[in-house]
Amino acid sequence: MQVKTCRKGIEMPKVTFNEDLCKGCGLCVNACPKQIIELKKDVINKKGHSPAGMTDQSKCIGCAFCATMCPDCVITVEK
Amino acid sequence: MSEKVLMKGNEAIAEAAIRAGCRHYFGYPITPQTELAAYMAKRMPKIGGCFLQAESEIAAINMVYGVASTGLRVMTSSSSPGVSLKQEGISYIAGADLPALIVNVQRGGPGLGGIQPSQSDYFQATKGGGHGDYHLIVLAPASVQEMADLTAKCFELADKYRMPSMLLADGTMGQMMEPVLLPEESDVTVEKPWALTGTKMQRGHNIVNSLYLKPEELEKTNFDRFERYKQVEENEVMYEEFMMDDAEVCVVAFGIAARVSKNAVVEARKQGIKAGLLRPITLWPFPSAAVKQAAEHCKGFVSVELSMGQMIEDIKLASDCKCPVELCNRAGGMIPSPEQVLESIKNIAGGKA
Amino acid sequence: MVVFEKPHALCDVPLHYCPGCTHGIVHRLVAEAIDELGIEGSAIGVAPVGCAVMAYDYFNCDMVEAAHGRAPAVATGIKRAKPENIVFTYQGDGDLASIGMAETVHAATRNENITIIFINNAIYGMTGGQMAPTSLPGQVTQTSPYGRDVKTAGFPIKVSELLASLDGPSYIQRVAVNNVKNVKQAKKAIKKAFENQIEGKGFSLIEVVSSCPTNWGMTPQQALDWVEEKMIPYYPLGVYKDKTSEEGE
Repeated sequence: MQVKTCRKGIEMPKVTFNEDLCKGCGLCVNACPKQIIELKKDVINKKGHSPAGMTDQSKCIGCAFCATMCPDCVITVEK
Repeated sequence: MSEKVLMKGNEAIAEAAIRAGCRHYFGYPITPQTELAAYMAKRMPKIGGCFLQAESEIAAINMVYGVASTGLRVMTSSSSPGVSLKQEGISYIAGADLPALIVNVQRGGPGLGGIQPSQSDYFQATKGGGHGDYHLIVLAPASVQEMADLTAKCFELADKYRMPSMLLADGTMGQMMEPVLLPEESDVTVEKPWALTGTKMQRGHNIVNSLYLKPEELEKTNFDRFERYKQVEENEVMYEEFMMDDAEVCVVAFGIAARVSKNAVVEARKQGIKAGLLRPITLWPFPSAAVKQAAEHCKGFVSVELSMGQMIEDIKLASDCKCPVELCNRAGGMIPSPEQVLESIKNIAGGKA
Repeated sequence: MVVFEKPHALCDVPLHYCPGCTHGIVHRLVAEAIDELGIEGSAIGVAPVGCAVMAYDYFNCDMVEAAHGRAPAVATGIKRAKPENIVFTYQGDGDLASIGMAETVHAATRNENITIIFINNAIYGMTGGQMAPTSLPGQVTQTSPYGRDVKTAGFPIKVSELLASLDGPSYIQRVAVNNVKNVKQAKKAIKKAFENQIEGKGFSLIEVVSSCPTNWGMTPQQALDWVEEKMIPYYPLGVYKDKTSEEGE
């Protein structure tokens, strides 16, 4: 949930995943134009799925494509 | 001010419904209840109400379900084959605990049957009719006056117990013209906190539903509902007794059959037979206690029906088969004559007179 | 600043749908439209029978559960009783285009002032993947194991085209939710369908071409690709009828 600042000093987009709701469908993974979302293979959530998460928050452009394609309202995007 | 007017039974139902505050009617044309729909079509637009000729009986009853879920008084009417089509929706209405009125102006069956009067939907009306455990409150008028009065009563009871009610008439009653004192306009408002009105962001969302995937929950809704049914059985039974005080032969009949039977009872008395008439007004709840009591002092019963004998089963159950029950019936649109009923009365009386 | 979060009109409960099922996306779009138009307090939704049967647990507005296919009739009743409320149905292809086709066509031809969200995923999902009225020719399902044979099972029903042939309905549009661009388009369409009702313009139906990864036997992404490659060519996207610009209130 931390807010990082990017090189230009502007606040970076913040993407949070409500992991317990994630069913590991991977639609967000494919939707991300920066390819910085993947399923965390080493994590199993309450539902028994490997939830999605971000690999490199700093590359996020806050387009919310991931959230747009998520069927389970797992993702919140802040800018 | 109420006024006495000459009306057809079907029209009396319609006018009484409007006076009971019903402003939504959905139907589909079928003989012999068409006058009711036609009356609604004429009147509803004039009083800001809604008449809608639905694409089918199925659609009509589901429109009723929709209005009922908002808590407003609503009705549909049909005749036997059409009421069969409505059964799915009636089961949902019962399962969702909604008040609504269904009018069945019966005609002969099974199948397409005929268009002449019948009472052969007794089982369907009083035992549930659709799938699942449920009852309707079923009222059976025997005059045009009662067509009006019992329509109002149907709405009242449906609201009171949150369950669908049925006015079970027949083709004769629907077509018959008699003077009727129309009921006063009702402005009863019943609290319906469960109704769908929109949350106005001031309460949690209301859900009208009959789906319970957990069997223990579904069982509970059934048990709760039957607790309510018990109250209906305890509080709402209605029947008329005619010359029953000293009766030795108890004729049981409802609707048009009761009118014929009354003549037969009078004739039997003239001939020295102590006959009486027990006329159930509520078919469900059935006046079982009254029948049981009659069984204590009567030689037997005559069940007069426009069917192959349906109510007779309830008479046998209520009387614990303590005395004989003779079926006096016609079917397929035929009506028993007073002479036929008298014959049955004599059989039970043991050939007296 | 939050740029994307769960809409308020969607209840805070997990959806029961399979992983990657686009019902979740469409639920969210409906809820977003309700939020943005500020109609949650006046909305009354009608849930179908099918996978979305429990939609009454997912939308925060008042809800009623209809019998299979009867949602447009139930919605008609509600709207006639409560014209000031915003009434919508959410139905699948079996519900709307098979068992409930009569209710659909007649609500449309009456130009009933309601909003219908119609999910076309070419299969019966809830019962485990049987042939739907919208299953594609040759599509293998549990009840068309050798592929839908149009000689015996007939052709898929193109609901939008069919309804657009009627004089009654105000607005018919087909959208898809297989990629970001289409989801955004779908959102606009759904919102318009609600706006039409608010403005008293009558019957609006949005057909949403959707996926069913579980019963199609595909991964969620493969299913979205199949929507693009097979479904959309058979069910072209676009506005099929729009009387809303000609008829103001």
